[in-house]
Amino acid sequence: MEISIIVFPGSNCDRDIAVSLKKFSKQNPKMVWHKERSLPKSDLIVLPGGFSYGDYLRCGSMAANSPIMSEVIKNAKSGAYIIGICNGFQILTETNLLPGTLIRNRELSFICKNLSLKVENSESGFTHKYSNKEIIEIPVAHNEGNYFADKNIIDDIEDKNLIAFRYCDENGVVNDKTNPNGSKNNIAGIINEKGNILGMMPHPERATDKTAGLIDGEKFFTSILESIQ
Amino acid sequence: MKALVKIMPKKGVLDPQGKAIEKSLNQLGFPQINKVIQGKLIEIEIDSKDEANAEKIIEDASKKLLANLVIEDYEITILKGE
Repeated sequence: MEISIIVFPGSNCDRDIAVSLKKFSKQNPKMVWHKERSLPKSDLIVLPGGFSYGDYLRCGSMAANSPIMSEVIKNAKSGAYIIGICNGFQILTETNLLPGTLIRNRELSFICKNLSLKVENSESGFTHKYSNKEIIEIPVAHNEGNYFADKNIIDDIEDKNLIAFRYCDENGVVNDKTNPNGSKNNIAGIINEKGNILGMMPHPERATDKTAGLIDGEKFFTSILESIQ
Repeated sequence: MKALVKIMPKKGVLDPQGKAIEKSLNQLGFPQINKVIQGKLIEIEIDSKDEANAEKIIEDASKKLLANLVIEDYEITILKGE
């Protein structure tokens, strides 16, 4: 299995995700600078979290037009698995690989804490190790995590079961009180229809080591690594 | 030639920044201000002698990068004589 992590100026979770992927795959992922015009053969491409290009204009909008992104889009269309976490999710929506967009948090404050998520789709290549509707705890750290799309798109992703994770409380209650940032329908992560692209605001790479606290991100990595074997 | 691109949140899209500014202004003693929407204004210099051509190029740029059509509308103004 070949894994590439795209590094943009301002990425700051690229090494964290490399550590997590290495821990579970026993392989070194390739770090690919955004200015590259060719991508090594990749079964999985990760767009990491951070503040690419200082979040200028809109979060992810500059990175979406980086030289490497035409290769990422080409690979995505030919079926490679793509994961975008936090800023990576914002980049995926800016490239239109995923629908909708991420706007400023409802309460205008940066949110940095551990939150409960409900695994809404436990059949995808990214989530199949989780049980159906499993409640997990994963950290978030974002200012623009408020998922927005018009009603037709939201209805479509609901109907097609393309919501991977939803914000909830520790008992799995999904409502406005357990919505940290104003996301439509408490959406924390979505998958494309083909099932090879996932974007999520929470950081599973920060929940893979007992010494750091949480470990609920483990099944995320074991799921995707099994999918690309 | 110069042009301005005004980018505003679409109707119905949550604009928490506009709301926060509105609240602040009310607290500052402007109770008569009851609706603030925050957008962006981008000034562009473009090599083109022909206004229609300049507008076409900026329109393309607005769609490709300057505005996110999921949440924003844009309006192009060509500044005459600049």
